[in-house]
Amino acid sequence: MASTGCFIIVSKNDIPIYEAEVGSAAKKEEAAHQHQFILHAALDIVQDLAWTTSAMFLKAVDRFNDLVVSVYVTAGHTRLMLLHDSRNEDGIKSFFQEVHELYVKILLNPLYLPGSRITSSHFDTKVRALARKYL
Amino acid sequence: MAPIAPRSGDAVFANVERVNAELFTLTYGAIVRQLLTDLEEVEEVNKQLDQMGYNIGIRLIDEFLAKSNVSRCVDFKETAEVIAKVGFKMFLGVSASVTNWDADGTCCSLILEDNPLVDFVELPDTCQGLYYCNVLSGVIRGALEMVSMKTEVTWVRDMLRGDDAYELKVKLLKQVPEEYPYKDDE
Repeated sequence: MASTGCFIIVSKNDIPIYEAEVGSAAKKEEAAHQHQFILHAALDIVQDLAWTTSAMFLKAVDRFNDLVVSVYVTAGHTRLMLLHDSRNEDGIKSFFQEVHELYVKILLNPLYLPGSRITSSHFDTKVRALARKYL
Repeated sequence: MAPIAPRSGDAVFANVERVNAELFTLTYGAIVRQLLTDLEEVEEVNKQLDQMGYNIGIRLIDEFLAKSNVSRCVDFKETAEVIAKVGFKMFLGVSASVTNWDADGTCCSLILEDNPLVDFVELPDTCQGLYYCNVLSGVIRGALEMVSMKTEVTWVRDMLRGDDAYELKVKLLKQVPEEYPYKDDE
């Protein structure tokens, strides 16, 4: 369904700890850089918005041409950010919720240091599968 | 096997005080994490976990004997069965199976399908050599040593390393004859 998509997880110290291009469109390196740039630019908006609502899912917070940034902020202020061009809000919400669950499992791993990069290949596969399912 | 009234692992497990499984898992995880930070070398952590297990084992055996009413085992085969069926059940809430006996009955494998210590755990690349549950091998070694059996316990399979089960190899090195600790003239 979605032709473009870029998903990143940003730790509470503003360090990206996980990145994945999840779109079905042909991957171009330039596009990947541009996607990261747009997502990073949206961080400021997220910071302001996060405290105005008690919901974790902030919906679409920013847009760039036809690309939309949706954000989900966890209780520990880790931000799950998705750049997409589809208009499927329910799917995105479910995607975020399930990734959040996966992220919590990663956090519970005693050998994982909170705030460090997520290197687990299991996590990566699961996230990509979820992206195919919901986006 | 004719003990007076040996209690099954389930029965004992039902009567002991228990803690929340997640609390237990995370506490153990925190210990391993701290050991990794303190000792830096994975090999050292394995050794330390084994030593900690040993120290637990030499105490745990008394509690085990007191609560389970298991009487003296005739041979090592029976010992292994008791560890797998009663011991593991009593303290971890899971039971193991005993297989792979060698010809003279001194070496066997304990197979754990389920292991409460490792929920959530995934080994990162930096600690590939780690035997995360090494404390268990230490416990068995320590406990058996207190009932005069010198054993060697090693991990054969580990789910965290991609195998399909947890397999502990228990090898009986020698049976120490019981003797008075002091000589008469001392």
